[in-house]
Amino acid sequence: MTLKVLLPLACLLASTACQAGSRIIATGGASSIEGSAGGGIVPWAVLNGYASSDEWGATAFASQVGVDDFTLKVQGASVSYDNRWEWSFARQSFKLDTLGGQLRQDVFGMKYHLAGELLYTALPQFSLGLQYKKQRDFALPQAVGAHNDSGLDFYLAASKVLFNQVAGRNVLLNATLRATRANQTGLLGFGTAGDNSYQFVFEGSAVVLLNYNLALGVEFKQKPNQLAFANEQHWRDIFAAWFVNKHLSLVAGFADLGSIAGLDQQQGYYLSVEGAW
Amino acid sequence: MSFSTKLTVILLSALLLSGCSQTNSPSLYQQLGGAAGIEAITDGLLHEIEHDHRIVHHFADTDIARFRRLLAEQLCDLSGGPCVYSGGTMQQSHTGFNISLADYDALVEGLIKVMQQQNISISAQNQLLALLAPMYKDISYR
Ligand code: HEM
Repeated sequence: MTLKVLLPLACLLASTACQAGSRIIATGGASSIEGSAGGGIVPWAVLNGYASSDEWGATAFASQVGVDDFTLKVQGASVSYDNRWEWSFARQSFKLDTLGGQLRQDVFGMKYHLAGELLYTALPQFSLGLQYKKQRDFALPQAVGAHNDSGLDFYLAASKVLFNQVAGRNVLLNATLRATRANQTGLLGFGTAGDNSYQFVFEGSAVVLLNYNLALGVEFKQKPNQLAFANEQHWRDIFAAWFVNKHLSLVAGFADLGSIAGLDQQQGYYLSVEGAW
Repeated sequence: MSFSTKLTVILLSALLLSGCSQTNSPSLYQQLGGAAGIEAITDGLLHEIEHDHRIVHHFADTDIARFRRLLAEQLCDLSGGPCVYSGGTMQQSHTGFNISLADYDALVEGLIKVMQQQNISISAQNQLLALLAPMYKDISYR
């Protein structure tokens, strides 16, 4: 048992000391900007890394999203155990390139795999997730009407790989239902003076696995629109992922973040690199 | 954003097309290389298992000749070849081994490696995986 606890620490310090877990390549997805395993902007029911039953896994990642007037930089890490539990951390800094200044946020995530196995059961894999978000630059969000500098998101995600679907390729489908009070995922704080209740939003991803190492995907993320000072819109992206091996994956994409803080049509690149042990 | 809409349209039309192109395609058995191909997959998988410290212990008391014959027979039968599987049910054969998810993943990973080495098309690989994946509920944790 001591070994099981110490192993992930050793893994983080020295990658060569550890083998990747037993799960099949690409089944850990990527690290979403909130740190949870998923696509780029949607958390999935899969767990980060490759830990299968009774195994530990760990990941570390860095992502960057550059749209017309903003740049989001994220760094984070996660640990998972038994293909059942995932604990993640992500530190976001959102640079207001045109307006000046930045908004920083930390996201602490936890995910529990409830039922189903991504590859092996007719039932999709279901996971329940929780994200505690803490805004670190609350002055601006407060000034534009946000009520809280922290908030809890809850989500239920379902993911399933369907074999031999598109020109003989496998397809991964994911649907996520999230309860949130976050404005612009929390970068603009949580709730408003007038309305501090939870909103239910839908998020979805569809991915074609071209082979074991390459995948193409689309994502959609519905968002609330609570703050009166500016319109908030749904997010979308398309991406290509390259799982070089079970230790290294790269994602490049194109993201459409709609209107942010009064600046419309925020579109640009998405880049992410993840290491897994 | 029209780019993502376009991609969705491409994905959907590919889905529809793949549904219409089933006529006259060779059976999975043929795509796997017939009797010789399946024998090579079986031997390759046995080699992978033998060198996989994660799962080899399950086979310590196994009659390997019988296992090899029955596995090849089952793959032939499943893929539409001229064989009738004559072994035990998956549930019977794996009871008492307490085969875990990690064991199952390890074996599937070995199988994928062998199919890749033998240049089996990705479509044929996925067809075979589609047949083997659902056996998980009969094989695991018994
Ligand atoms: C991918 C799905 C699998 C298929 C199609 C499959 C197929 C078979 C077949 C046809 C047999 C012979 C049955 C008989 O003796 O009548 C067998 C036996 C056996 N299988 Fe599997 N198997 C699978 C997964 C696994 C896994 C994941 C393990 C463990 C890592 C495993 C361990 C064994 C063992 C130890 C035996 C021999 C049992 C004995 O000695 O009596 N199998 N399997």
